[in-house]
Amino acid sequence: MNKLSLFGLLGLVIRRDLMLAMRRRADVLTTLIFFVMVVSLFPLGVGPEMDMLRKMAAGVVWVAALLASMLSLGRMFSADYLDGTLEQMLLAPQSLSVLVLGKILAHWMLSGLPLMLMAPVLGLQFDMSVQALWVLVVSLLLGTPILSMIGAVGAALTLGLRGGGVLVSLLVLPLCIPVLIFGTGAVEAVTSGMDITSHLSLLGALLVLAFAFTPWVTALALRISME
Amino acid sequence: MAINWFKYSAPSTFYWLAGKLAPWFAWSSAILFAIGLYIGFFVAPTDAQQSEAYRIIFIHVPFSIMSMFVYLIMAGYAAVGLIFNTRLSSMMASALAPTGALFAFISLWTGALWGKPMWGAWWVWDARLTSELILLFLYFGFIALHASIDDPRRADRASALLAIIGSVNVPIIYFSVKWWNTLHQGSTVKFTGTSMHVAMQQAMFITLTACWLYAIAMALARVRSIILERERNTLWVAELPEVRS
Amino acid sequence: MLEINNLACTRGDHQLFSGLSFSLFAGELLQVQGENGKGKTSLLRTLCGFITPAAGEIRWRGQDIRELDEEYYAEMVYLGHLNAIKDELNALENLRISAGLAGCEVSDKEAIAALRHMGLRGRETLPVKVLSQGQRRRVALARLLVGNAPLWILDEPLTALDVGAVGLMQELIGTHLAKSGMVIFTTHQPLEVAGVEMRRLTLT
Repeated sequence: MNKLSLFGLLGLVIRRDLMLAMRRRADVLTTLIFFVMVVSLFPLGVGPEMDMLRKMAAGVVWVAALLASMLSLGRMFSADYLDGTLEQMLLAPQSLSVLVLGKILAHWMLSGLPLMLMAPVLGLQFDMSVQALWVLVVSLLLGTPILSMIGAVGAALTLGLRGGGVLVSLLVLPLCIPVLIFGTGAVEAVTSGMDITSHLSLLGALLVLAFAFTPWVTALALRISME
Repeated sequence: MAINWFKYSAPSTFYWLAGKLAPWFAWSSAILFAIGLYIGFFVAPTDAQQSEAYRIIFIHVPFSIMSMFVYLIMAGYAAVGLIFNTRLSSMMASALAPTGALFAFISLWTGALWGKPMWGAWWVWDARLTSELILLFLYFGFIALHASIDDPRRADRASALLAIIGSVNVPIIYFSVKWWNTLHQGSTVKFTGTSMHVAMQQAMFITLTACWLYAIAMALARVRSIILERERNTLWVAELPEVRS
Repeated sequence: MLEINNLACTRGDHQLFSGLSFSLFAGELLQVQGENGKGKTSLLRTLCGFITPAAGEIRWRGQDIRELDEEYYAEMVYLGHLNAIKDELNALENLRISAGLAGCEVSDKEAIAALRHMGLRGRETLPVKVLSQGQRRRVALARLLVGNAPLWILDEPLTALDVGAVGLMQELIGTHLAKSGMVIFTTHQPLEVAGVEMRRLTLT
């Protein structure tokens, strides 16, 4: 019997969560379908005029991604909380922050990553240019992990509470606004021919900040919720 | 006279102290509001560019500033409660939250009332107003989280963590909103063209102080009812005259 | 090795117990008794470090468990009311993952041997959701076989177990105590371990 290294632990947790999700595929698909539906609702609501839609495209895709992420947050900890596996994780003689990071990464792979891959298809519905689509994908690549990480803190704080997804969204959405602003800002910069590096580097900075802080803040939140 | 401050960190003694102090703060706040608003509405000169409508800033600005200040104080109390495990600090944080939210709400309303004659629209997406709106959401989040958790200890600690995260995020949010605003060449709401007349400064400062005193008065009054509710099973609460009757 | 000094615990508004002090040494078996709602589960969870006591301290090998953290967790196993197994996985996967998370890698062979010892021969690779409650409890208990933590904290371990499994548990605990382990538990069913004098702690 040998103890796991930190990377080994990360790998174990991610594999576990992915394995569990594969046996419950419906959950992952519903998030994706929700994303597609929300994006498709906008033209129905504001009219099919291409000029306007093209201008709105980045914002619509990003807001839909934000909402879809919020919806899927419930999945991060609640199943483990209900069957007792979460409390065993708190008793693990390993860094809880690393365990939590593993869960966050697995969550991102099951929600943020599919959204990012789906986004170009949806962007075409809005007649976005190829450049704009590229930047959209990159902004989602940098931004959706941040959403998962901030969301993890919210999910940990609201463990086991009634009010479900709405309460988590209320707590987490204000904190995600900078990500939304920089993500959409990058796409709009490229469509108006301006420099995108500042937006993307700000997004990158937020990503690094989130990586550094959210795992242990989430671990702390879990301990508070599990008392 | 050396005051034993720790004595007042017990809910029972603080209950008494808060009861004694609250009326003083309330009255002085009312008086200062009256003075400040008088100066602002009647004494300060008419602004060259913005005419009479600008006077709403004597309400808008103090409430804006205080809404942010109260959030930081609230987060501070919450942090103390989280780190040192003191119940009273967490109760103070919960007591401050509704007042802070009210200030943010008033700030938004007065911002709108000012915007209408200035820009012709009830709402303008300028950086400060938008940040104020997000601050209001942060307040709501704190209050909602605390209200959703039955166990008082978990409620205090969870909302404390949220408040701390919120206060760390406020600069990031403000920066990103300013960025967004300049990108879209949005309207920037400015108070006055150049420098402020002395009377305006006086009015602003007095109303600001009045807001601050009001916040303290409300927090003290509210914390008393929170203490009563949390400590309802203890002996000292059962023996209070207001409870016994 | 486990020392409790003046422990007090409050849940919500009321106090469950206070002034609790006892010690547990290698080879000892301690049963926590008390009526429903007297704080048995809360005491066990406080020993795990989930709940911060209102007063008093818990020491493991002389050090406060709040300071030891991961070192303490490495030496203890907790089995609560919940089984801590995933329905979607089979027994073998569950056991290997629990062991991995608990810091010890376990090979397929070792895991299967443990499950068979718990009477689950032939059911190792069935998804747990098709197993009965008693069988699920056995999967959860199999964790005790693959770890080498000296301290076992068991909250009603015999729930849903049939007579055969109860006997198996008693044997397991006996072997563990003989290897200088210690067990603290609660139970609503009688649990006797041959040749071991049971200490009892009653919460009032």
